[in-house]
Amino acid sequence: MGARSRSFYILATIFGTFVFFLYGPMFAVILLAFQGPDGGLTFPMNGISLHWFADIFRPQSIGDIWGSFDRSIKLGLMVMLATVVISFLSGLAYRKRFRGSSVLFYVVIASLIMPSIVVSLGIGSMFELLGIERSWWSSAFGAHLTWTLPFGLLIMFAVFNRFDPAFEEAARDLGASGWQTIRHVVLPIVAPSLIGVALFGFTLSYDEIARTSQSVGALNTLPMELQAMQTNVTTPVIYALGAYTTALSLVVIGASLTGVLIFRWRQKRHGSDADKGMV
Amino acid sequence: MERLSAWTAYLQALPLTLIFLVFFALPIALVVVVSFFDYQTYQILIPDFVLFNYEDVFSSSVTYQTYLITFRFCLMVWAITLVLGFTIAYFLAFHVRTITMQIVLFLLCTIPFWTSIVIRMIAWIPLLGRNGLVNKALLAMGVTDAPVEWLLYSEFAVVIGYVHLYTLFMIVPIFNSMMRIDRSLLEAATDAGASGWQTVWNVIVPLCKPGIAIGSIFVVAMVMGDFVTVNVLGGGQVASVGKAIAAELSYLQFPPAAANSMVLLGVVILLIMLLMRFADVRKEL
Repeated sequence: MGARSRSFYILATIFGTFVFFLYGPMFAVILLAFQGPDGGLTFPMNGISLHWFADIFRPQSIGDIWGSFDRSIKLGLMVMLATVVISFLSGLAYRKRFRGSSVLFYVVIASLIMPSIVVSLGIGSMFELLGIERSWWSSAFGAHLTWTLPFGLLIMFAVFNRFDPAFEEAARDLGASGWQTIRHVVLPIVAPSLIGVALFGFTLSYDEIARTSQSVGALNTLPMELQAMQTNVTTPVIYALGAYTTALSLVVIGASLTGVLIFRWRQKRHGSDADKGMV
Repeated sequence: MERLSAWTAYLQALPLTLIFLVFFALPIALVVVVSFFDYQTYQILIPDFVLFNYEDVFSSSVTYQTYLITFRFCLMVWAITLVLGFTIAYFLAFHVRTITMQIVLFLLCTIPFWTSIVIRMIAWIPLLGRNGLVNKALLAMGVTDAPVEWLLYSEFAVVIGYVHLYTLFMIVPIFNSMMRIDRSLLEAATDAGASGWQTVWNVIVPLCKPGIAIGSIFVVAMVMGDFVTVNVLGGGQVASVGKAIAAELSYLQFPPAAANSMVLLGVVILLIMLLMRFADVRKEL
């Protein structure tokens, strides 16, 4: 721990450049969303206004933004809930030995690596052959789960690898039933990680295109609608939309992080030491 | 009691098993089956056993061209994200001294990922476009007389887009590997007279192999199958395997798309098996 070496400053500069590279385009979009009414898709700014933010709310030719937004949020919440519950249960299952566990594991990992368009095509063909109409809440819901569950399971693996089983043993010694042990010991300890899984599930679903493409049916999700829009929209209204969705994501993430903090604080206030259960 | 706990494990794994059976294993098996189907304009799927979908894939020169382009994307993006990802992970793991600061810098890198992927790609248009900022800067500096046309809707733009999207997937596993390295090994290397570069090359890089392999698998798999980035940033000019499949699907030609998908899948599996030889991925969890 001495003075910073020269390589530190070189690496810090590279890191700074990378962060600039990550944020630059986003800043450009948000700035351009404030274009004046006569402004175009590129700089310079032609005045500053909220015109394009208001434009989104006017009925116009730019596709079914609100419908697709509504579907994306609902689908995201459905996927989130299913991902949390199924990942948690599977995480519990993988703490014990069961037959076929490694086959199941490899299938789940295969889903992560499988080109999304192949999964999408498979689900689309399956519904087509069975004569069931594809829709966002059935086929696309399943398609999204094949994408979110591998992440959820990996997070649960990481969580239970660091989980101290002494807490459960203590609960059992004190006479807690299996269900009571999970409800009052395991769940409070892993709850913050489950919020992480929920967040992952929602974001991955809310932003999914490739697996949605063939499985969504007639009514699009928001990213699909945006992708269709970007080829034929010539006004900054699409940037305003980008600014809105960015703000929404920040609110969702902020709310979840606040949720974790409040949860921790309440546990502390009630004298719980659940956060010490991870080793 | 033992008996009971065995049953609960099966019950707990049941939802996951069912989901992956119905929405993954079965559909993938169907893609195999459909790749031998016949098709017509008004009927997407005609059960049959024909080989011409595969014959079309292998006999068309377009196939080889798109694979060549896709491999080129893969190699370029892999090389760039690997060097960049390793450098940044190294900075975060060995030069940033407190965990709080590491978390803050990590969050800084992830915040842009909370925006819609399409928006993130569209965001390049005001920068790289014909009248974009980069071109304006180049003109103002007198580097060129006319706007540079190959910045947007080109292979260049697609590579930029990939690097923008996927570098984080390289940083995270490599960082994870680096944090497991016993710091006394580095001290030993220094004590034995190794220079900074020698320590990085002979100690850190070999110990990071699993992380590098996981990051590489992610990047390679995502670039090979991608069609969204190529669509948005490549414009009409750039083709890739994923885009070719997506194009067939948009014409509702399911069986040829399935045959194409099977070939793509084979190639991706080969690439991943190659990468797996470098590291035991499961041990890393």
